[in-house]
Amino acid sequence: MTRSAAPAATGHGTAPGTPRGGRRGLSPTLRYLGGRLLTAAVSLLAVMVTSFFLFRVLPGDPVQALTQGRNVSVAQLEALRREFGLDKPLPQQFVDYCLGLLRFDFGTSYQYRVPVADLIAERIGPTLLLAGTGTVVAALIGLSLGTGAAWRRGSVMDRVNTGVALTLYSVPSFWLGLLLIVVFASGIGLFPTNGMMTPGVTGALPVALDVAHHLVLPVTTMVAVVYAQYMMVMRSSLLDEMGADYLTTARAKGLRDSLVLRRHAVPNALLPTITLIFLNLGRVASGVILIETVFAWPGLGSLFYSGLKVPDLPTVQALFVVFAGAVILMNLLADVVYPLLDPRVRT
Amino acid sequence: MSGQAAAPRRSLVWERRRRAFAEFCREYARNRAGLAGLAGLVVLAAIALSAPLFIDPAGLTVTGGSGGRFESPSARYPLGTDAFGRSVLAMVVWGARISLTVGFLATFVSVALGTLIGITAGHFGGWSANVLMRVTDWFAVLPALVMAVALAAVMSRSTVTIIIAIGVTAWPATARIVRAQTLAVEARPFIERARALGGGHGHIMLRHVLPNVMPVVLAQTTLLVAESIIMESTLAFLGLGDPATISWGAILQEARTAGAVSSGIWWYLIPPGLAIAFVALAFTVCGRAVEAVFNPRLRERR
Repeated sequence: MTRSAAPAATGHGTAPGTPRGGRRGLSPTLRYLGGRLLTAAVSLLAVMVTSFFLFRVLPGDPVQALTQGRNVSVAQLEALRREFGLDKPLPQQFVDYCLGLLRFDFGTSYQYRVPVADLIAERIGPTLLLAGTGTVVAALIGLSLGTGAAWRRGSVMDRVNTGVALTLYSVPSFWLGLLLIVVFASGIGLFPTNGMMTPGVTGALPVALDVAHHLVLPVTTMVAVVYAQYMMVMRSSLLDEMGADYLTTARAKGLRDSLVLRRHAVPNALLPTITLIFLNLGRVASGVILIETVFAWPGLGSLFYSGLKVPDLPTVQALFVVFAGAVILMNLLADVVYPLLDPRVRT
Repeated sequence: MSGQAAAPRRSLVWERRRRAFAEFCREYARNRAGLAGLAGLVVLAAIALSAPLFIDPAGLTVTGGSGGRFESPSARYPLGTDAFGRSVLAMVVWGARISLTVGFLATFVSVALGTLIGITAGHFGGWSANVLMRVTDWFAVLPALVMAVALAAVMSRSTVTIIIAIGVTAWPATARIVRAQTLAVEARPFIERARALGGGHGHIMLRHVLPNVMPVVLAQTTLLVAESIIMESTLAFLGLGDPATISWGAILQEARTAGAVSSGIWWYLIPPGLAIAFVALAFTVCGRAVEAVFNPRLRERR
């Protein structure tokens, strides 16, 4: 609220001599940004509340699941319950949870007995590495193939590319991962199929190479399933642009075909694709759950999946907030970046 | 008087619908990929429906397997056997029944929900529409897979749970598309005419808006079935499905826990995945063909 009120307040204070056009141009932009920020904040709040109550209804008693197979007295169970704060009434637990969130304190993981924030900090790197590499590679492949397919619409290359992309898009990612493991683990043994590092490797460069080596199969799996979307959007938005008058003008000026494509058509056609990349970026964090599970990649996805089975309430609800928060953040960024990229939607 | 007028009017309406349908079929038939996808789906549906005629469900229980563990493909078991000595071919054919059922029902749930909310928000406008669209936005923000996994874990492990988990997470896209289309339809003069003639909200939404929104919904439905089937296999693969039912994802999950991946039992792993990919591709291709019929801008310009 304060953010959207601020420009109005300064607006009243402008000296009579200042050009009015500047004020008019600034205020809507700030109001737009303020509105977006407010929406994002409300969404995030709703997600936090959902996260708490959604996982409270999970079946199974975490205390019993953790002590399974061990001889524990009722008193010990009670002590454990008190330690986790599970003996308090639900409203009290909710208040504690909200107060903790304000201090970025997500509580203590039931299974690992360390603060969830530390756990997330430790696991977020591998997830970002995997999701980031995958997205960059998929976007590059998708954009270039989509451009080629649209520019030579109806050609053999266009048909083959579209067909392959649609087929790979229909393949479940975990199955593709399993097949790659079968081929490379029991077959050739060219790439590691498990985890992120070989234990015992030291030194900056060897570790980097080792991680890159481990990254090959998970990234391949992710790219194969994801790039089709970028390709299809790039193809259709370039097709939309191709009938435009300014391309005829560019050709009439005598520009070569490749220049018309590169300088005129592609930059305009990129806009929808960039929006899609932003929107997808928020989703990849949760989208790699499957790939992380299949390849035993030590990221947030596998943490979420293993936490769900206990149920490790603090971990699972914090991760839910993180996953949904990533989507909210990226939506916000897309809203903010889009007017910067496309002058036509600037007001 | 009015009774006499009603009969020819009704036949007129039917005549118009028949012609529109014929036109739709003609346009659809021009899309070769769409035809191939449709043919594939018809064959698959026929196999799934007639499966009980040549497969005995008793042989598909964990204890009912007649072969040995991990037998490689032979004349008796064309796709070999699984960890419990069951025929993989029979399992995959039987799995089509569950996967298709869940795919259709989950899509139906989400499309019905999305259409209802979309039309309501588009028709009424004002603060109620605002609230509905805020709820939609908020659901769209929740990552679908995480939400479905959480819902499937929260409720009891059954096929109905999976259907609800997919249906509840997939509707926001439909709601947005339907709302946009509703707004476009309601801006046209025949809605004003209907209102002037005394048509109520229900009448306008059901008789005028819904038929005009249906084409978009149909295309969206076809594309959603593909997504639902992949989502179902994902949830089953993560071990969140009903352990007693045989779906393609469940077969893959069993294969993984039985160690088929590390020992390279390809005949156990490849068929269910291929089946998922085949069905998802067929629905995607059909959905694109339907979209192209209703949206001429998407049609290949020759």
